[in-house]
Amino acid sequence: MSAATVRTGPSSLVVVGASLAGLRAVEAARKVGFAGRITLIGDEPHLPYDRPPLSKDLLAPGAPTDPVTFRSRTELVDDLGVQLLLHTPATGLDPHAQVVHIGGEEVAYDALVVATGAVARGLPGTEGLAGVHVLRTLDDARSVRRALDEGARTVVVGAGFIGSEVASAARKRGLPTTVVEALPTPLTRSVGPDLGTALALLHTRNGTALRCGQTVAAVQGTDRVEGVRLTDGTVIDADLVVVGIGAVPRTDWLADSGLPVDDGVVCDAFLRAGAPGIYAAGDVARWHNVLFDRSMRVEHWSAAAEQGAQAARNAVSPAAAQFYATVPYFWSDWYGSRIQFAGVAGNDGCEIVSGDPADDHFVALYREGDRLTGVLTLNGQRYVMKYRRLIAQRARFDEAIAFARTSAPTRSAATTS
Amino acid sequence: MKIVMDRAKCTGIGICEALAPTIFEVDDNGELVVLSAEVPEDAQNEVTEAVEGCPTMALRLQS
Repeated sequence: MSAATVRTGPSSLVVVGASLAGLRAVEAARKVGFAGRITLIGDEPHLPYDRPPLSKDLLAPGAPTDPVTFRSRTELVDDLGVQLLLHTPATGLDPHAQVVHIGGEEVAYDALVVATGAVARGLPGTEGLAGVHVLRTLDDARSVRRALDEGARTVVVGAGFIGSEVASAARKRGLPTTVVEALPTPLTRSVGPDLGTALALLHTRNGTALRCGQTVAAVQGTDRVEGVRLTDGTVIDADLVVVGIGAVPRTDWLADSGLPVDDGVVCDAFLRAGAPGIYAAGDVARWHNVLFDRSMRVEHWSAAAEQGAQAARNAVSPAAAQFYATVPYFWSDWYGSRIQFAGVAGNDGCEIVSGDPADDHFVALYREGDRLTGVLTLNGQRYVMKYRRLIAQRARFDEAIAFARTSAPTRSAATTS
Repeated sequence: MKIVMDRAKCTGIGICEALAPTIFEVDDNGELVVLSAEVPEDAQNEVTEAVEGCPTMALRLQS
């Protein structure tokens, strides 16, 4: 009797990127019973930590500046049996030899999850100028916090979500704060021009100056930033400049790998990245979201967590692989108000179904054709997940409108201004 | 199994409501309401996912 061929799965998993997606990847692999070697490679010196607080709680006066970590080193190393390679940027990938390069060293893998995230765009020419920061990492956040503690006159470049949270933190301390936005209306790409304008009103209502349609002509100062000159010639005095003009997926280390890269690692619906055993997750992954039948790359907490887990499950059990589909969801806190968005801002208009965009509460629904594709709420915590569920069920727009009529749009008596 | 919520940690992000809508609901004030502290037999999986998926680690299960 000849020995039966036993088809074995991968015996080693390497995860590159030690933030939320990478962490959830190693957790999920163990949870489904993967017993092989797991290596988690990260470029930052810190254990995996949570990023949303960096632009929120961590900037508040007196708040601790320790990172919110999910698991201790002991839990990762001893309980989960993960080999941790922190402060160790991956420098290359050879998909044929199935090795990840770390400088001169190689780490072999059978299964690989790429979760290297994204890197914040900076302002060219400001390198080495003290007081100019992006906000992506714990170290960035601590620098911004120090400046706010010192009472910095603050200029935020870019009226996106993270920059707006920084402006909000600066105003909470009563600091002079200006947001400079290159486009005529903020947040157009995320929520459309009308509601972008509505959200931007939060800035002006809370004493932040908003300068739209302006770019930075020069950041002034020799060693330290002293001011920002705009294209119209205005000079704004500044001790702190926070640049929030988006992030670029971190794929530079994959340049020679032959992996398909197009604003992110290009994946199919199963998060497979185009070479045997390789998957991608989190901010770096551009995958086919079957729920909207389109290629997407999202920089959201919940997608990073879910993709990390799904990519790892698929990587260690490829025969049982499942596709990953989601209604993208993010939240942002400005001036004590909560903004939540789920889905995609459809191209065919939106309708306010509760509240008023000029006020401190509204719920807006987006459509594409006759389908409900998105929901944006300002202080509408009660509503957002209900519409998100409708979007996941591929509800028609008129069904959502009917639902809005029945779900009594009550205003909270406890809302404070 | 019982759901224990740490109200000091919860900020009403709503991931739990997305995963287990019959058990969790965020109210008008952005506060989480646990609709059923005792986890029903048929909702154990989704509640476990919700507890593990909480971005602020505000939920835990107590047997």
